[in-house]
Amino acid sequence: MDETVLKKTPLYEKHAALKAKIIDFGGWAMPVQYTNVIDEHKTTRNCAGLFDICHMGEIEVNGPQALDLLQLVLTRNLADQKTGQVKLSALLNEEGGIIDDLTVYKMNENSYMLVTNATPKDRDWAWIKSIQEQRGFDCVLKDLSDETGKLDLQGPRSEEILQKLSAARLKDLRFYHFCKSHVAGFEAIISRSGYTGEDGFEIYALGTVIGQIWDKLMNVGADLGLKPAGLGARDTLRLESGMMLNGQDMDESISPLEVPYGWIVDEEKEFIGKTALMARKTSGLSRKLVGLEMTGRGIARHGYKVFRDSKEVGIVTSGTFSPTLNKAVGMAFIDMDCSVPDTPIEVAIRDTVTAAKVVKLPFYKREKR
Amino acid sequence: MSKQNPEDRLYSREHEWVINNGDGTVIVGITDYAQEMLTDIVFVDLPEIGRKVVKKATVAVIESVKSVSDVFAPLSGEVIEVNAILENTPELINQDAFGEGWLVKMRLSDENELSMLLTAADYEEMLKEENN
Repeated sequence: MDETVLKKTPLYEKHAALKAKIIDFGGWAMPVQYTNVIDEHKTTRNCAGLFDICHMGEIEVNGPQALDLLQLVLTRNLADQKTGQVKLSALLNEEGGIIDDLTVYKMNENSYMLVTNATPKDRDWAWIKSIQEQRGFDCVLKDLSDETGKLDLQGPRSEEILQKLSAARLKDLRFYHFCKSHVAGFEAIISRSGYTGEDGFEIYALGTVIGQIWDKLMNVGADLGLKPAGLGARDTLRLESGMMLNGQDMDESISPLEVPYGWIVDEEKEFIGKTALMARKTSGLSRKLVGLEMTGRGIARHGYKVFRDSKEVGIVTSGTFSPTLNKAVGMAFIDMDCSVPDTPIEVAIRDTVTAAKVVKLPFYKREKR
Repeated sequence: MSKQNPEDRLYSREHEWVINNGDGTVIVGITDYAQEMLTDIVFVDLPEIGRKVVKKATVAVIESVKSVSDVFAPLSGEVIEVNAILENTPELINQDAFGEGWLVKMRLSDENELSMLLTAADYEEMLKEENN
């Protein structure tokens, strides 16, 4: 791997100093693990993990018609969103396929921040910008991705750790809500949210200070068991929690109705891609993203074929060994008539077929406080 | 740091070790360096006994949480025994790659191939070069 052509986050030198294993993730040199995935995974479930998420995108939309633009390009109805609230939504193309799944932060009546996945960010930007220009919406888009740093502090001890560095009343901050405050003396947006299935925070600050926030969090958190965690653990954590990965479990050919994203589509409002989406729904959906669990020996992986009674019925989109459940789990696109939980299926692993079954998502759900 | 590579055995460039039993059979495993690179071994796919493999063909598959890695036969021959205990405790390879974590025993079809393998000192030299 030629690391010189890859983009680096402001934290790259820290990862290198920690001897992290670096991989190419969508053109970014990112740490996949510092020690090992299972340890980082369990640390996050039981205590807290700190993730470098600076590669993700941030797009600001400001102006009197910011909401009108977002209502048109996003599937979720944002009319009732309150300032300080975060909402997950999908950005569709005209065919009803998912360009990106992103979170919407309402800063005030005329200002929003979109947090996008790393790989589709430029595509998101171009798409939203073109629609804003075509329709002449009175608002301004600004790509803040390069100047913005992002850390995810995830796990049951996250609040205790972050509270040592912030005056924000974290215990009053509800899930999927955020506040503008300070962390370690630096201006930051603190959002109670994440991609691990645990309690935790997503912290946004200038890229120029994000390294100092990282150091301070590691300093105050070390005694409480905080450890850096890489994209490997992020992937197993999100998969156990039944969350999809853009570009792997879905792409622009997939509609939100075929994956567990029906709940972020508001059919009562108009949005780009709705006509095609409703047509797909009327003509009947042929496949669905489901959870799977291996019942035979083996681990399903991305791209493995799925069979039922020797007939090919689908494909694995994500698969791993689950450190929490101690078994092999995954997600697969599968023909609708095989998608009912407990349906026995087989996964082709190398030169054999191995028994599996369809199961309900998620695989893991934390106990609420 | 990985453990010292024992001198009682030979090594392949693909990070396997080979103990020559002197009776035409060998024991094969992966090195401590290899298990460190793989980390988190959670699954081992072992060959059936009696399978004939040629040198450099896949003889076993080792999976970590994130990766699937082939183990290439360091020598040609027939699989005569597998370390079946790994099916339930694959982490033994992480814990004791040079001992309890052995993979297969083979009967060689061409003992001359042994001369192509590396000594512990040669293998360590190779690791140094790889890491530079």
